[in-house]
Amino acid sequence: MATVLVNDIPVDIGDEKLNCIQAAERAGVTIPHYCWHPALSVVASCRMCLVMVGEKKPDGTVAMQPKVVPGCQTPVKDGTVIQTLDPKSTGAQQSTLESLLLNHPLDCPVCDKAGECLLQDYSFQFGKATSRMVDEKNTPPNKPNIGPNISLFTDRCIMCSRCVRFTREVAGTAELHVVQRGNHSEIDVFPGHPIDNKLASNVVDLCPVGALASNDFLYKQRVWNLKTVKSVCTGCSTGCSINLDTNKSVVYRLRPRFNPRAQGHFMCDEGRLGYHNVNSALRFTKPLERTNSGTQAIDWQQSVAKIDQSVRSAAQTDAGKIWFVLSPFLTTEEAWLLASYARSISPFCRIVSGPVPSHGVDDNYPKDRKGNPSTNPVKFTIRAEKCPNRRGIEAVVAHFQKSPATFADLLAACDRGEVAVAFVTSGYSTAFPAWGTETAERLGKAGFLIVHDMLPSALSDAAAIVIPAAAFSEKDGTYINHAGLAQTTEAGCVPQRGARTDGQIYLDLLGRRGLVRAIEIRKEIGKAVPALAALATGELGEHGVFVTARA
Amino acid sequence: MTAIAEKNVTWVKPPRLNLAEQIYLPSVAQGMITTLKHLVKTVTGLNATSTQQYPEQQPVLPPHYRGVHRLNRDEQGRVKCVSCYMCSTACPAHCIDIVAAPSPWPDREKYPETFVIDELRCIYCGMCEQACPVDAIELTTIFSLTGMSREDMMFDKEKLLSVFDQTVKLGTDPVRTRGGRLSVAAEPADAGLTGSSSAQS
Repeated sequence: MATVLVNDIPVDIGDEKLNCIQAAERAGVTIPHYCWHPALSVVASCRMCLVMVGEKKPDGTVAMQPKVVPGCQTPVKDGTVIQTLDPKSTGAQQSTLESLLLNHPLDCPVCDKAGECLLQDYSFQFGKATSRMVDEKNTPPNKPNIGPNISLFTDRCIMCSRCVRFTREVAGTAELHVVQRGNHSEIDVFPGHPIDNKLASNVVDLCPVGALASNDFLYKQRVWNLKTVKSVCTGCSTGCSINLDTNKSVVYRLRPRFNPRAQGHFMCDEGRLGYHNVNSALRFTKPLERTNSGTQAIDWQQSVAKIDQSVRSAAQTDAGKIWFVLSPFLTTEEAWLLASYARSISPFCRIVSGPVPSHGVDDNYPKDRKGNPSTNPVKFTIRAEKCPNRRGIEAVVAHFQKSPATFADLLAACDRGEVAVAFVTSGYSTAFPAWGTETAERLGKAGFLIVHDMLPSALSDAAAIVIPAAAFSEKDGTYINHAGLAQTTEAGCVPQRGARTDGQIYLDLLGRRGLVRAIEIRKEIGKAVPALAALATGELGEHGVFVTARA
Repeated sequence: MTAIAEKNVTWVKPPRLNLAEQIYLPSVAQGMITTLKHLVKTVTGLNATSTQQYPEQQPVLPPHYRGVHRLNRDEQGRVKCVSCYMCSTACPAHCIDIVAAPSPWPDREKYPETFVIDELRCIYCGMCEQACPVDAIELTTIFSLTGMSREDMMFDKEKLLSVFDQTVKLGTDPVRTRGGRLSVAAEPADAGLTGSSSAQS
């Protein structure tokens, strides 16, 4: 057992290989650092983590090294002593901050990072109030088009080189590099080669100061006005853990949340910028009914009653002609409620999984310098499967539908005119649609088509009843990713303009009273479905749980 | 509940009233004398305070009076605000609504696309003025506000700038605050405080 003494607090680190920053963190002590990041290589260039390190000898005496060393590249072992409160350590921290602030413009009021800026935090905690700088500060020009989604505010940069190492080590495409020397160092790209890889916006999160900013979020909100909930990205079946930042029920940004079980530290730009349909003005706000005289908005109670009535009357003749399509964009709880409703009507109703949008092949990173696939160990994957919950839906369908049916069977039945009622849930992203107008036309042949979707499409045009769906940011629930990791997502917004969450509509259809509570339904699923037994605990924790043994 | 130990308790008795105090008449007489003094002063015109004939006669308010807001202009006549949201963050009544945008001018990065203050919601505490890092928002001595609707009292950027023109150019309100400067992001390096002082003159 290896024990490290951090400010005289003993920390047992077992046989892990840690540096001083990590060991101190175990003791609840912060060693400030900028350039070090657990997912990137160590350069020890910012000098912020300088600490006094020594060793406790077997005879009990402590021999400190004569000067401060960078904590990020100093590994700890049994008997290592770290002193962050030593005057030499605090002096080094103060001097480093003074040096980093020499050329920093201190334009916090107009900087987007203000409020979540490590330069602010560390200056407050470890810095000193005054600077001895008497000369003019460097004011290199901004580079607003360093990438399509990224701006560089050159003067705010503290040259930690996290972004440079990210593009070299994780994205692999190595667009960013340091030009000039010493006091005049700048981050830059080669002319004509902007930073446009699919992981590019991660450099914005990595940037400890406000130098790299996301154009999508630039000047939209001050960060202290945002409310953050833990959510899951619905862009692909990787299911990146994210922080969903909202204000007044409007989604402003998605940020990756560290999850070693799902994706690690990062997320891709497709997912990060793919939330805009949530704030779309085109979204359905009220249930619509299409009759011979035209389309009209109906109220929620009416729509639920009409759907229930049409399904029940069809069940009286032949329940086998009633089809329910569970979209892989539904949460597992919603799928469970809708499938339960189908079963409560008749054991012969057919429940099928919606089509899984698959585009291209799994996109692995790092790439090589030219953006081609490389043979390096994979650090991040953007999946070809562009939906968050295929596995959850499949588990629910398999539980309710013993005889297998597919979406193709439904289309074939539509062609034969053997579909009385089709309840199609959608929610597919507009960037990766699961079906075209041809499929929509075929589904339109169903006797009574009910479409549950967010945005108008060829399918909703063909529907007899359209019910507005809630976006991923508006509902609680569980998504199960490609590897069987079940993660919970929290609602950050209330459904826009009076819409209801999908789960609430299905609960109303089922005739169950009250408001939908995802955690209760999750426990219910866990008890009923052996394949999803892991959900029975209700709370799945920050990192989620695997519903199956890990492959 | 734990009882307080007797040794820790100090008993205090009210002072006893003497005979004059017990019959109250001297106190009544004293009060009457004060009333009579004021009566005499008022009737003879010796009283210093007097009623102002508002609205014909407008009061002269001290310059630190906290009335309607204005948005200050810089020396080029542009809105001085850099849209940092400090005022709306500091505002206890949440009456300031700003929409920021990249600035059209090369010398700063951000400017307010819209800037709306709900003058009905405002409690005129002056926190916005204190929070502003570029002295862009100030409270003027204009205290009488009228509007035909609630919407009329939502002062937008143009209206707030017009309050600046009205008060500064007419000289009713000098630019007071000279607090912080926001370095390169907000002002040209050599501009200094010329904006404030020229407006004041």
